[in-house]
Amino acid sequence: MSSLDRRRFLWGTTAVGTAALLAGCTSNESANTAPNAVAGGSGQNSQPGKAVTIGFSAPAADHGWMAAMTKNAKAQADRFSDVTFKATEGTNDVNQQIGQVETLINDKVDVLVVLPFDGKALTEVGRQAMDAGIPVVNVDRIFDTPLAYRLWIGGDNYRMGVNAGEYIVEQMKARNVGNPIIGEVAGIDSLPLTQERSKGFRDALARAGFSVGPRVSASFTSESGEQQTANLLQSAAKLDALWNHDDDQGIGVMAAIDSASRKEFVMVGGAGSRNMMDLIKADSGVVKATVLYSPSMASSAIALARLLGQTKGIGDMAEHDVPASITTYSAVVTKENVDQYLDVGFDS
Amino acid sequence: MLDPKSAPPQEPRKHRRHLDLRLTGLLGVLVVLCVVGYATRPDSFLTEANISTMLRLAAAIGVVSVGMTFVIISGGIDLSVGSIVALSGVWMTTVATQSYGPVVMVLCALLVGLGCGLVNGVLISYGRIVPFIATLAMYASAKGLAERLSGRRTQVVTETGFTTFFRGDILGVPVLIWMLAAVFAVGWVLLNRTTFGRRTFAVGGNAEAARLAGIDVRRHTALVYGIAGLCCGIAALMVVARTTSGASTNGMFYELDAIAAVVIGGTLLSGGRGSLIGTLIGVLIFTVVGNIFTQNNLDTDIQNIAKGVIIVAAVLLQRTTSRHRGARTT
Repeated sequence: MSSLDRRRFLWGTTAVGTAALLAGCTSNESANTAPNAVAGGSGQNSQPGKAVTIGFSAPAADHGWMAAMTKNAKAQADRFSDVTFKATEGTNDVNQQIGQVETLINDKVDVLVVLPFDGKALTEVGRQAMDAGIPVVNVDRIFDTPLAYRLWIGGDNYRMGVNAGEYIVEQMKARNVGNPIIGEVAGIDSLPLTQERSKGFRDALARAGFSVGPRVSASFTSESGEQQTANLLQSAAKLDALWNHDDDQGIGVMAAIDSASRKEFVMVGGAGSRNMMDLIKADSGVVKATVLYSPSMASSAIALARLLGQTKGIGDMAEHDVPASITTYSAVVTKENVDQYLDVGFDS
Repeated sequence: MLDPKSAPPQEPRKHRRHLDLRLTGLLGVLVVLCVVGYATRPDSFLTEANISTMLRLAAAIGVVSVGMTFVIISGGIDLSVGSIVALSGVWMTTVATQSYGPVVMVLCALLVGLGCGLVNGVLISYGRIVPFIATLAMYASAKGLAERLSGRRTQVVTETGFTTFFRGDILGVPVLIWMLAAVFAVGWVLLNRTTFGRRTFAVGGNAEAARLAGIDVRRHTALVYGIAGLCCGIAALMVVARTTSGASTNGMFYELDAIAAVVIGGTLLSGGRGSLIGTLIGVLIFTVVGNIFTQNNLDTDIQNIAKGVIIVAAVLLQRTTSRHRGARTT
């Protein structure tokens, strides 16, 4: 065999071998479990009514929480036989998202549900839709002016921090810890949502005379969570409590805690992923609670968009119309109540 | 035909002296940082546990930087390393969710990394696409594929055989640190003690002269990118082991961190000169800076500014030594 032939043979076998091994490894069914069944959506309003076309635009589903938002919205729309759901591909390019919303306006959808990548950047196109007579349901990241939306529904970042802080205070008092060392693994510090969460946390601790000790900021990914927490645990030889803002980065946070074999503290998560809820239920490690920032708000947004399209109010409320603003509650999920919340836990 | 060994141009001894000087300087910076770390946190900085944490943090980016050093010495650049880490990690965790064993997972990560690297290399050497563009294309497509495969979700590895081994210790030293040491040692021998290494310097120094000296420059270039890809596959294993999960967001900004470490380690971006020891010190400097900031509970924004200052200072130092050398400047 000449050297050229041998080389070709080697390259060829490498390529074929690689292709053969990799070919069997492409499907990923088990990670995509069934969409969440949500608590609401029953009662008289769930009876079929006037047909409504709902246009939906959201950022790229680039982590568990955002993936759950899009998935929940679709699943909720599927539950209504009178809803036609027009979803655009998720994007983190605001320019492209504006274009998508404009396309939905041109399509003359009845209601728009928009989770903007950046609320400020999408405000104008929201206004454009409202001016065209299409009610806009603004989800989570709020537009700059109420002129750009008919209804805002979102979570309460400040309350998340407060509830995490209050839970930790309660735990410290129950354990008679006088001057606790409380750590914080925040998300991206430059985002207002992180700042609000941290402020709520600080305020709640301050009311009990406690303060935040070691603090790091990760970037909502498991890798950053692991790196930052590994360093944080080294800096604090002893911790009494730790709040991690986000359960997606929490996978990495938990890995770092396992690596360091630390067990002496109480950990609280954030957002409400199913893995964290499973850990809370098992009660075998440091995780004792998580504060919700639930993607079930996307399901609610679709249900409310349908009601707007059908000019109905919300059952059990005395109003004829859907309210202008709804803030979801950041409940503290603990071992005691976890079964009640498992249905809104999302796969991170 | 010329002897390939004579291909690296001019003044190796003088160059080596300046390189040693630079490495000593870099080592000095690392030592000073460690002194600062110890002075600010004498109780915890130099503990075995903290040193182990720092080295494990440095492991993945260190391995990627070894591959990047080969690429940059050969006169190229690889912008796709972060995406390849993500793709390799996601692919192996996809395998994990299907209950294949740890051996298949490891092979999968290595083959995906190697495969992506070779595609880069073939596009650059045989397709004659400039490295910046070819690896930029790989950056985008590997990231896209990783997002597609993972459904953009973090996939938790429940395969305990894999996590137990890679998160464990051998002789009291974490497996990840052994891996970093092994990759570094193999890389050092390959670069400094073999014909392959001499050819890498030759190709980066002057590709045309290397070709005339009888080196198959195209094949060599393809292999160098293959090495970089393989390193990404190894790094993906490390990241998955550390985080017990794979995600398309893994490896974010690794290309920038690796290039920064290589550059402050004294490797010329124009190719032909460089050192793996410098790269390793570069990686350690960034890791120690990060650790000092966290140990003292300082603002992370300032940490990024500090990183920027270190990069600029290192490049200025590089320019100064180049001028002193009086040899080719970049």
